[in-house]
Amino acid sequence: MDNPGRPPILRDMENATDLIIVGGGLNGCALALAAARSGLRSTVLDALPTDTRAAPGFDGRSYALALASVRMLQALDLWEGLPAQPMNEIKVSDGRVGDAEVFLGLHFDSDEIEEGPMGHMVEDRHLRQRLLQTMEAEPLITHMPESRVVAQQTGPSGASVTLEDGQEITGKLLIGADGRQSGTAQRAGIQRTGWGYGQRALVCAIAHEKPHNGVAHQLFLPPGPLAILPLTENRSSIVWSEAEGRAQEINALSDEDYLTVLRPRFGDFLGEISLAGARYIYPLNLTLANAFVAERLALVGDAAHGVHPIAGQGLNAGLRDVAALAHVLAHARRRGEDIASPQVLERYQRWRRFDTATLAAATDLFNRLFSNDSGLLRLGRDIGMALVNAAPGLRRRFIREAAGLTGDLPDLMRA
Amino acid sequence: MTTTTVDPGEIAKFEAMAAEWWDPEGKFKPLHMLNPCRLDYITTQIAGEYDRDLNVDAPFEGLRILDIGCGGGLLCEPMARLGATVVGVDAAERNIPVARTHAAQSGLEIDYRHTTAEAMVQAGEAFDVVLNMEVVEHVADPLAYLTACRQLLKPGGLHICSTINRNAKSFAMAIVGAEYVMRWLPKGTHEWSKFITPDELYELMRNAGLDPVDRKGFVFNPVSWQWRLSNRDLSVNYVTAALKPA
Repeated sequence: MDNPGRPPILRDMENATDLIIVGGGLNGCALALAAARSGLRSTVLDALPTDTRAAPGFDGRSYALALASVRMLQALDLWEGLPAQPMNEIKVSDGRVGDAEVFLGLHFDSDEIEEGPMGHMVEDRHLRQRLLQTMEAEPLITHMPESRVVAQQTGPSGASVTLEDGQEITGKLLIGADGRQSGTAQRAGIQRTGWGYGQRALVCAIAHEKPHNGVAHQLFLPPGPLAILPLTENRSSIVWSEAEGRAQEINALSDEDYLTVLRPRFGDFLGEISLAGARYIYPLNLTLANAFVAERLALVGDAAHGVHPIAGQGLNAGLRDVAALAHVLAHARRRGEDIASPQVLERYQRWRRFDTATLAAATDLFNRLFSNDSGLLRLGRDIGMALVNAAPGLRRRFIREAAGLTGDLPDLMRA
Repeated sequence: MTTTTVDPGEIAKFEAMAAEWWDPEGKFKPLHMLNPCRLDYITTQIAGEYDRDLNVDAPFEGLRILDIGCGGGLLCEPMARLGATVVGVDAAERNIPVARTHAAQSGLEIDYRHTTAEAMVQAGEAFDVVLNMEVVEHVADPLAYLTACRQLLKPGGLHICSTINRNAKSFAMAIVGAEYVMRWLPKGTHEWSKFITPDELYELMRNAGLDPVDRKGFVFNPVSWQWRLSNRDLSVNYVTAALKPA
C-alpha cells in the first residue's frame, strides 16, 4: 500500500517551528529561551508592541524571585549583571494597624540553609529588557510583536494559529502563555476553576530614609497581609491587601493621602517614606485551569494557574512550569519522541498540576487564617508561629519551600 | 498527493488501528510506559557507538537502522525523527499498513515491510544498527534468529536486544502480573519456559558471533509509575548491547 496523502496541516511542516508560544510576557520569553537550549525553535507571538514591553523607566513593579528561579535565570544567562537585591532574612509578624511595637513572631534567615539567599528582588523593567535582548540574539527564536491570535487549530500532525492579519503560523506544539484570561485555553475549551477573596492588592514602590538591610517583612494585619520587600538602594516594594471596597477607596486617594494611610501599617523602622513609581491595584483571586494540556497544547504560568500573590509565588510558579516543560521537551527530543504527543505532555501535566494545586490550597488556607481578627484564630496562629520558630527543622523546611528548593527539581533549577 | 488503489474503508480501519497502537492509555499502555526508558538506552548506545551528539538536529543522519518486530512503529518513528534511515519489519502482516498510516500522519518516511529477519538476510540487506526488542523470547530457535541478526549487521555494527529474565519474580511480574492481574497484555502473550536469563543471552549472542558489551535492567517503580534503567537489577526486563566484530 502507498502512504496516504499528507494531511493539509503538514503541508507547511517543513518550515514550521517547534513551539508556537502565544504570549510575550516573562514566562513566554523564558520558555522560548529554555527550549532553545535543547535546540528547539520557537515563534513568540506577543499582542503588545515591543516598545511598550521595553519601556525603560521604573514603573514600581518588581518580583520576589525564589532561589530556584534565580538558578534558572543563571542557567539561561539572564542573571549576570541583572540589578537584584538579595533577601537574606524574612520576618513574619502578626499585628494590628497602629500598634506601636510590631510583634515579630517568626523569623527566617538564609544563614540557616547552605544554598545562600532564599530569594532576590528584581524590577520588572530590568528582567523584561534582559529577556527581550537575549531573545533577539537567539537565532532559534522568532519574536513577533503586535501579533494577535484570532484562531487556532490542532490535530494529530501539528498545530497552527491564525493572526489578526490573516497570517498563519504552523508548528508542533502550541503554548498558552497568555495569562489569566488565556485565549489559548478558552479556544481549546479548557475550563477554569476559581474563586475571589473579596480583596484587592495595592502595589507600590517606596523610597525610605533608613536602609532595609536586605530584610523582607511579611505582616499579617487584620484587613489583609502587607509585604515590605527590599529593592536595590533605599527602596522597597509594598504589596498590601485590603477588602474590595476599602482598597478602591485607598486607590482613589492622592499620593499624599495614600501614604498617610500606609504609614501606620508598618511603623517607622524605615524612617520617612515617599512613593517611587506608579501605584497598582490587582484583584485577588485564585484560578486553576482544569487541564494544563490538551491535544498539541500546553499552558504555562497564569494561563495554567493564577495564585494569590501573597507570597510572591506567581512568577516563581510560572518559571517552574517553564523549567519543567523545557525539561520534559528536551528529554523527549533527545529520545526522538514527538514532543507534542499525549504521553510527553502528560509528563509535564503530572509534574506540575499536583504542585500547583498544593500551592493554591496552601496559599488559600494561609490567607484565610491570617486575614482575620478573631481572637481565637489570632491565638491559634500566634501559637503556630511560636512553634515554627522554636523548631529549627521545621523553620528550615519553610525556608527551603520559600526558596523553591523542595519537590522534584527540573534540570534548569538544579545547582 | 499519492494515488492509491486502497479501499477508503480499509484506510479508516488502519487509522483506527494506528490510533489504538499509539493510544498511551490503550491496549499497548505497557509498551508506552516502557518506551522512554527503552529509547534512553537505545539512543545513548547508538550515540556512544557512532559518536553522535544528541543535542543537534538529526543526530543519526547517515545511519541505517533495522527494527525487528516493529509493531505500530513505536521505535521506528523516534529513530526516523533523529534522522536515521529506518526499515521496520514485522511478521504480523496487519501491523504494516497501520505503521505506514501513522508514519504518514507524523510526516516521517519509514520503509515498513512484512517480512522476517531470515528473509532480510537472503535479500542481502546490511545495517549499522539492529533493534531486537522483546522478540527473542517469542522465536522457536533463538540461536538461529540471533545469527540472522548478526548477518544483518555491517562489520562493527550495533545489536540491541531486550527480553525477559527467567525466574520466579519475572514469572510473577510478566505473566501473573501483566497478563492476568493488570490485563496489560493478552493472556498467553508469554511462555515462561522460553524466557532467557542474561547469562544465557550473552552465551547465545557469543555463539551467534556477536560480542556483548553492555547490559542493564528495566525496573518499574510502582510509586512514580515509571520505568528506569538499572545497572544491577536485571531480574525482570533487561536490555543488552552487542557488536558484530569489525
